[in-house]
Amino acid sequence: MAEIEIDGTIYQADAGDNLLKACLSLKLDLPYFCWHPAMGSVGACRQCAVLQFKDQDDRHGRIVMACMTPVADGLRVSLERPEARQFRAGIIELLMINHPHDCPVCEEGGECHLQDMTEMTGHTFRRYRGKKRTHYNQYLGPFINHEMNRCIACYRCVRFYQGYAGGRDLDVFAAHNHVYFGRHEDGVLENEFSGNLAEVCPTGVFTDKTFSAHYTRKWDLQNAPSICAHCSLGCNTSPGERYGTLRRIVNRYHGEINGYFLCDRGRFGYGFVNSPARIRKPSILGQQAVGRQAAQERFAAILKSGENVIGIGSPRASLEANFALRELVGQERFHPGFADREGALIKLMLDIVQQAPVHLPSLREIEQADAVLVLGEDVGSTAPRLALALRQAVRNEAFEIADQLKIPRWQDAGVRDAAQDAKSPLFIASLAATGLDDVAAGVYRAHPEELARLGFAVAHRLDAESPAVEELLSTADDLAATIAQALREAKRPLIVTGVSLYSESVIEAAANIAVALARLRGAAADVSFVAPECNSLGLGLIGGGDLEAAFQAVDEGAADTVVILENDLYRRAARDKVDRFLAGAKRVVVIDHIFHDTAKKAELVLPGSTFAETEGTLVSSEGRAQRFFSVFPPAGEVQDSWRWLLDAMQVRWRHLDYITEACASALPVLQPILRAAPSANFRIEGMKVPRQPHRYSGRTAIRANVRVSEPKQPVDEDSALSFSMEGVSSGCPPSLNPSVWAPGWNSNQSVFKLQDEPGGQLSGGDPGVRLIEPKVNAEFPWFTRVPGAERKLRQVAPLYHVFGSEALSMLSPPVAERAPEPYLALNPADARELGVGAGDAVELELAGVTVRLVVLLKAELAEGLLGIPAGLPGVPWFAPLSEPGSIRKAEA
Amino acid sequence: MALSEAEREAIREEAAHYRDKSAASIEALKIVQQRHGWVSDEHIKDIAEVLGMSPDQLDGVATFYNLIYRRPVGKKVIHYCNSVSCWILGAEELREQMEKRLRIKLGETTQDGEYTLLPIVCLGACHRAPVMMVGDETYFEIDPARLDAIFPVKT
Repeated sequence: MAEIEIDGTIYQADAGDNLLKACLSLKLDLPYFCWHPAMGSVGACRQCAVLQFKDQDDRHGRIVMACMTPVADGLRVSLERPEARQFRAGIIELLMINHPHDCPVCEEGGECHLQDMTEMTGHTFRRYRGKKRTHYNQYLGPFINHEMNRCIACYRCVRFYQGYAGGRDLDVFAAHNHVYFGRHEDGVLENEFSGNLAEVCPTGVFTDKTFSAHYTRKWDLQNAPSICAHCSLGCNTSPGERYGTLRRIVNRYHGEINGYFLCDRGRFGYGFVNSPARIRKPSILGQQAVGRQAAQERFAAILKSGENVIGIGSPRASLEANFALRELVGQERFHPGFADREGALIKLMLDIVQQAPVHLPSLREIEQADAVLVLGEDVGSTAPRLALALRQAVRNEAFEIADQLKIPRWQDAGVRDAAQDAKSPLFIASLAATGLDDVAAGVYRAHPEELARLGFAVAHRLDAESPAVEELLSTADDLAATIAQALREAKRPLIVTGVSLYSESVIEAAANIAVALARLRGAAADVSFVAPECNSLGLGLIGGGDLEAAFQAVDEGAADTVVILENDLYRRAARDKVDRFLAGAKRVVVIDHIFHDTAKKAELVLPGSTFAETEGTLVSSEGRAQRFFSVFPPAGEVQDSWRWLLDAMQVRWRHLDYITEACASALPVLQPILRAAPSANFRIEGMKVPRQPHRYSGRTAIRANVRVSEPKQPVDEDSALSFSMEGVSSGCPPSLNPSVWAPGWNSNQSVFKLQDEPGGQLSGGDPGVRLIEPKVNAEFPWFTRVPGAERKLRQVAPLYHVFGSEALSMLSPPVAERAPEPYLALNPADARELGVGAGDAVELELAGVTVRLVVLLKAELAEGLLGIPAGLPGVPWFAPLSEPGSIRKAEA
Repeated sequence: MALSEAEREAIREEAAHYRDKSAASIEALKIVQQRHGWVSDEHIKDIAEVLGMSPDQLDGVATFYNLIYRRPVGKKVIHYCNSVSCWILGAEELREQMEKRLRIKLGETTQDGEYTLLPIVCLGACHRAPVMMVGDETYFEIDPARLDAIFPVKT
C-alpha cells in the first residue's frame, strides 16, 4: 500500500497501480476513455489528466495522465484544480469536434460513456462551427451496427478485437482526424467475441444490431440477474425486456467468471425466447389448445392412470425443475436425460473432481495459467468464453518479461512492445483446427483415441508410475515430452478437457496428467472439465439412470407413462430408438418452452418458461451453483416448468425457495446452493429489489391499448426482486443486482462503483457458491486402460461450432445466419478413396437416418474420420465414434 | 490485377530480412506501387497473403501513409503542404490557383492523367514555406508566378 494525497485528502492506494485505477477504486469521478480495466493503459485519449505536484512545496504542479502515472508513496495530485479541470474540458471539446451529437437517434444514448464524460467535464456548450468529417459505414454482419461518425478515436475497439480477442479482421485505417475503425471491406466480423465491441466502445460506433430490431432505451428495460444458458461456463448476464419480449443481453460483471466480456452465442442467442417455435399454450394431442386448468386436470389424470411413471430431466433446466420432476416420479424413476453415453462421461468427470487432487479453476484462475494443455476439446466452440480466457493465459509470459524489465503490467503498449510475440506455452490436441491455434506453441491433430494416447504419454513423462503408451509415433512422443516439460516447469499449469468427443480415454488421460502434476507439486492440479450444457454438472450431481435405461423400462413394460422436462430426445439418441420409446409409452407428457419433435409426439404438452421467465439454480463447469431470476413474468398460460410439476404433486411448496431447500436437504452435495443467492424473503429497508430502473417510463401507458387503468404489477413470490421500479437497489447483493448504474455513470462503465477495485471482485463477493473443492492429498489410482494404436476403418466424429451446435441459440435468426451448412468433413485421402471431392453432395446414413451433406476437405483431419457438425439442425443425432452407415455420392 | 511472380518474389526477399514477415509491409507496398503507380484492393489481399497478415492489418498500414496511394494517381502527384507555416504563407491560395489551372479539385487527377493533387502534412522545410512536391521534385518559397511556371498551360 502507498499513502497518496488527492486534493488535500490522504488515501491508501495500491503501490504500483496506475493512478486512474486507484482513483476509481476510491470511487472518485475521474473521466477516461481509452483505459479499460481488462486492457490496461495506453495514455491515448488524454482525458484522465490530473495535476501532479513534485513535492509538498510545489504549488503549480504539472499535467499528467492518471492512467500512465504509477501510484507511489507520497504521490500528491489534484483532480479538482482549475488547470486539471480545464485541460479535461478542452480534451473533451476536441474529441467532440466531429461527433455528430445525434444522441436522440443513437442507440447508445442514455447509456453512453461519452455522454457521461462530456457531462462530467462540463462541456455543455459547443463552440466549433466548422464542417464535421463524415465516414462511410460498413455492413459488419448480423450482430453489430457500424456508425463511424460517432467515433472519438479511443482505439478501444481494435485493442479489444485484436489484442484481447485475437481477431484479425477489424483494424484502424488512415491517420489524423480521419482515422477509421472497421474492416478493409464490408463483411461479417469473424471473431466470436465481436458483440463486446458494443460494450467496449464508449459511444455508439458499434452497437447491438439484434437490439436495434426492437430497440428500447436502457432505462425502459426491465432486467434481472441471469446466467447464460448456452454453454456450461455460467457467464453472468443481464437480459432486458420490454412489452413482453426479450430485447437484448448484456454482460453482467462477475469477477471470477466472465469479467467484462461475453461470447456472441451468449449475447445474441436470446432470440429463442421470442421465437415462433415457443409453446405458448397447453395442448392435448389431436385437440386444439386447452386452458391451464384443463391441462392440469389432464396431467393429474395421466399421472393417476399411469402404473409406472418415469421422468426424464434436462441438463438445460434448473436444479429445481429437475428436482421437482424427481420428487414427482421418485428417485429410482428419474433419468437426467443426458445423451447416450454422455451421462457416463459426466459421472466419470464428477468422480475425478470429487475424489482426485483436482481443482476446478474459475476463468480468472484459468487466465493465470502459464502452461496449458487442451486435450480433445475445441473450447472455442463448446465453451467460447473459456477460449478467451486461454488467450489471456498465453500472455503471462509477456507479463513475466515486463516484470523483469520493471514495466508495470498495466502499461499495455510497453508490455506488448517488450514481449513481442513471446507467449506462455499452450498446446492443443484436437480433431481439427481450432480458433486458438494462432497462439498455440504446439498443435496435435489426431483421432480421439490418439489424442488420449498423447495425454497418457504426457502423464507418463511427468510420473513414470503412470501407465506408458505402446507404439507411440516418435512425433507424438517428442510432443508429449515437450508438453510434460512445459507443465512441469510452469507455476500454474492447467489441463483443459471435456466430454465433447465422447471419449472416456481422453478424460482418463487428462486425469492421469492431473494426478501426476498433483504428485509433483504437492497441490491439487487445475483441470477445467468442459461440460456440454448449462446445468450438466448440476444434473450429474442429482444423478439417476441413463436414457438407455428409460428406453429399456418402456420396452420391457416396466414403465408406461413418461414425463419429459425441457428435453428434445431426438437430440439425445437415435431417431428409431426415440420413436420406439415415445410410441411404446402409453402416455407422454412434455413440459418445455420450445415445440420440438419430441413435443409433437406427446399426449400433453405444457408450456414451460425459458430462463427469462423463470428462476432456479444452475451448476457451471466450475462447479459453481448460481441462481438466475426471471426477467419478466411468463405471459398467458406459460408458467415455470417446476410449477407445473408442483401443481401435479399438489404439495404445499408453492415457491422456488421450498424446492431449493428440499433439493439441498435431499442431496448433501447440493447443500451449499442455499447460499447461491438470498431467498425470496430478503429485503433492503423492508423493500424488494426493483427489476426496473428508477427512470423506467410509461408504465401506466404500456397497456393503454388494452385497458386505460393500470393493473397491479405482477407479484413475484419466488424471489426478492419486484416487477416494478419501486424498491431499493442500493446496497443490493451482487447476485440480486439486475443491472448496473451509478449517479453520473449511466453506461456499463459504472460497474467500478460496485467493485472492490476495477477488474476485481464485486463488492459483497462474486455471486454463486462453489460446490466442489479439491481433495489435496487424495490418493487417486491411475487410469490404466490406454487405448491401443489400431483404428477402425471409418468413424464419425463430432465437430463443434460456436454458432450451430447449441440448440437454443440456433432459434435466434442472427446466430443461425452464422452457422455452417450441414457438411461432411474428410481428409483428402479419404475423399479420394470414396470418390468424392470438395463441394460434392453425399448421402450418409447416420444412426438410421439418411442425410444429405456437402463434402468439405480438411487436410488436418485424421484419416478414417468423418467429421460431422454436431448438434446442427438438419443433422440427425449420431453416436460419436461409431461406424457410419452407407455413404454414397448424391445425384446432382 | 494480381501480383506477378516477380513481385511476390521481391516481397518474399524483403520479408526474409525480418523475424516477423509483417515488418516488410511498407517495403512490399512500395514494391507494388513502384510498378503499378498505386496499390489496389486486390494487391492488398495478395501482399497480405505473402506476408501472413490479414488484408485489414496490411490496409491499416497502407492507408496510414500519405505516400502509399490506394487509388489510381496521375504520372506525377502534387503534394502541397497544408501545415501551419505553409498555411500562414498562403498555401490555400496556391491550392486554389492550382485547382483552377489544372481544372481539378483536391484528390482528383487531370484529364490527361498527368497530375493528381493531394495535401501533405509537412515536407520539413518550414523555413522556406510554402513548399510542395511535384513527383520527386520539391519546390520552395512558391508564389503565384512560380506556380504558373511550374504548370505551363498547354496550348
